[in-house]
Amino acid sequence: METNALSRRNFLRVSGIAGSALCLGFYFPANAKKGELITVNTADLSGFEFNAWIRIDANGKVTLTDHRAEMGQGSFQSVPQIIAEELEVDLKDINVVFAQGDPVKYGSQITGGSSTIRGSYKKLLKLSATAREMLITAAANKWNVPASECYAGSGYVIHKPSGKKLHYGELVADASKLTPPKEVKLKDASAYKLIRKPLQRMDTPMKTNGEAIFGLDKKLPGMVYAVVERSPRLRGKVKSFDGSAALKVPGVKQVFKIQMMVFNTTRDGVVVIANSTWAAMQGRKALHVEWDESGFEHVNTADIYKAHEDLLKTKEGLSFKKQGDPDGILNKADKKIDVIYQTPYQAHAAMEPLNCIAHYQPDKIEIWGPIQAPDWVQGDITSKFKMPKGKVIVNMTFLGGGFGRKAFLDYTHEAVAISKEIGAPVQVVWTREDDIKQGPYRAGISYRGQGSVENGEISALKFKMAGQNIDHWNGPSRDKANNSTAEGFLKPYYDSIKNLSFADVPYEMPLPNMWWRSVYASTNGFAYESFMNEMAVLAGKDQLDFRRQYLKDERCQALISKMEEVSGWKSRKKNEGFGVAITECFETTVGQVVKVSRNAAGKVKIDKVWAVMDCGWYVNPDIITAQIEGSVVMALGAATIHEITFKDGLVEQHNFYDYLMPRMSDMPLVEVHIMENPADAGGVGEPGLPPFAPALTDAIYDLTGNRIRKLPFNMNAI
Amino acid sequence: MITITVNGQRHDIEADPNMPLLWVIRDILGLTGTKFGCGAAQCGACTVHLNGEAVRSCVTKINRAAGQNIVTIEGLSANNNHPLQLAWNEMSVPQCGYCQSGQLMSAAVLLRENPNPTDQDIDDAMSGNICRCGTYQRVRAAIHKAAAMQTEGVKS
Repeated sequence: METNALSRRNFLRVSGIAGSALCLGFYFPANAKKGELITVNTADLSGFEFNAWIRIDANGKVTLTDHRAEMGQGSFQSVPQIIAEELEVDLKDINVVFAQGDPVKYGSQITGGSSTIRGSYKKLLKLSATAREMLITAAANKWNVPASECYAGSGYVIHKPSGKKLHYGELVADASKLTPPKEVKLKDASAYKLIRKPLQRMDTPMKTNGEAIFGLDKKLPGMVYAVVERSPRLRGKVKSFDGSAALKVPGVKQVFKIQMMVFNTTRDGVVVIANSTWAAMQGRKALHVEWDESGFEHVNTADIYKAHEDLLKTKEGLSFKKQGDPDGILNKADKKIDVIYQTPYQAHAAMEPLNCIAHYQPDKIEIWGPIQAPDWVQGDITSKFKMPKGKVIVNMTFLGGGFGRKAFLDYTHEAVAISKEIGAPVQVVWTREDDIKQGPYRAGISYRGQGSVENGEISALKFKMAGQNIDHWNGPSRDKANNSTAEGFLKPYYDSIKNLSFADVPYEMPLPNMWWRSVYASTNGFAYESFMNEMAVLAGKDQLDFRRQYLKDERCQALISKMEEVSGWKSRKKNEGFGVAITECFETTVGQVVKVSRNAAGKVKIDKVWAVMDCGWYVNPDIITAQIEGSVVMALGAATIHEITFKDGLVEQHNFYDYLMPRMSDMPLVEVHIMENPADAGGVGEPGLPPFAPALTDAIYDLTGNRIRKLPFNMNAI
Repeated sequence: MITITVNGQRHDIEADPNMPLLWVIRDILGLTGTKFGCGAAQCGACTVHLNGEAVRSCVTKINRAAGQNIVTIEGLSANNNHPLQLAWNEMSVPQCGYCQSGQLMSAAVLLRENPNPTDQDIDDAMSGNICRCGTYQRVRAAIHKAAAMQTEGVKS
């Protein structure tokens, strides 16, 4: 390809900045469709050890790289917004491209744990400022003036005394020969021109006219389509199959058996290859497959929760934290509660069903798709298919939602295995039913909260969880508590409650489960914060005052005051229900106040949600607001509308007709506030989700006296 | 052979007459702005206009569209300048963006039939379109905004 030839010839390497090299060089983006993001073919550049977020060509065209996935959370806007700030370029003048999977160049690329900004902003600021300083030095050298007389702005270096200016494109060749400065001065937050501004997203235009290329939209020459009939139960094996009827469907080319890796196990499937997605789907309908699924027929939802409850009542579990003598005090206490909370299994159900294109060739493997962790996929495919390093090329498209599911490796592995079998590029398409019925799911977790109060204060608190752990695939059992399992609970509580214990009671069940937006906090937050609200009632305290008493840390105190102020907490009326919750995950704390009332028909409705987020340093307040609005909707669905259930080892849900989603008419009004403080950046994409369900159920309790401890619940039945 | 008109262009299609319009548009015509979300008329991601009406292309067989006029998101406006597209941009409505073609195509019919919709009208017209990212609040605000822009445009 011409692009790569130019790249090889003209890339100039400058190394040694902040542990990651900076590339300033000549680069011509491929002549791709506008919405199709251009990627540099790193395989052809493997002789260079560079880390390229910034490319500037001789015409001054600036190309910035988004090294993380764009799945709605806004990395495509916020990563360039950071770089452009210190590089001194205007966002209207730049191109943004997605990186390929390459952890050597970019460091971690996993778009999960709300880590895009918090995990890379300091590095991005520094390497952008470094590039700017090199361009300034190049200009100063050219003009033979001191660099201190020059400054950068809008893609130019300007000599202040004379007003002379040169475009970055005219300086890039000289700049790239300079030794990067070791130290650069970063802007003070008060001087930001782009960061902190609610700028419109650059990916919106291509998402309003059909130009944005998602995984399913990518096509390769000679590509065929595949759908796979997978075992309806986990780890099912194909006993036999008959593809003769499928092969008679017009367009169907091949039928064969395949194995997909699910964690450290395999799941069998039968593949139908065709010349269109529709033909492949029709071919699958004509398949006859006999499965061996022994061992999984007895998995039933009711039994899972019964087992949780038995464990919570009979086992102490693995301790996260224990201080004082909670058991002794609870035994003697007069005023105490002992309650169980239950949360359901959930599917991710991103709007874009899973899909992946793979092209297996003897000397390299190329992959395109909606992929949250291109670096993980590269590593996984390289080792599983025994390819030499650098011969697995992973290209990210836009993702039609991810929520954790598209950070898993099963669907990419399966696509490569199919391409290897047929020796051609293939797009593997999952139907909505495949997406909902195959998992992995967010695990349903149950909790037991025991607590006592004396003189309006918590005298003892004992909390236990029981449910599947995400890292269950690493081994059959656990002997030590995994701290990430405790996400969602505010750490300041640890310091202020003298007698407390937290524990996790292992529950082994071979259902495939994994991270789902906000991970453990999504269920922990509901249980812990519901329990805190129950303790507040037991103590005879206002829920916000009660938290003020225990969350003594300065940032929490400010957050509580803000929640009180924006929600009109003190002036709430008798016929309104108000509820609160505050949770922390991924270094960000979010408090929400939910207001409910009864409508004319007597049904409970949500009037408003106030969300206050303390995420420290941040980039784009409008994206943060959108993330919280969306988190509330996702939490609303998981709390009141849908759940995954199992009967005789089969998932009972199929599609959006029985795995229902919140719709326009369910949308509550959400008002978002962001705390201003000098703390380091926390996550944004996930922490808005956990506090919603406990704040909602608390509001319903406030209005009706009915305390809901089991999710999901039916709003219409209250 | 089935003839359809898509975004003003005539196409002669060789396909199984039962193939849904969605797959004809995407796999045969290569117009990928129309999305596959559920295949069961549940989510609205595949919404296109068939003779001006919003239909779910995932359950509309190609033979039902024979000889008729289809508009997809690529044909909603010449330059991404339908009032809804302008409002969508101004308010940064999309997050992942996958459902937004369908949201826009549903909203376009609403706005044509009802130039000044109320919140209830928007609920009624848009509740067939699922957004998993939860952009509903912005979709609603942007429809109101587009309605205002359209009214302004008519006045001036």
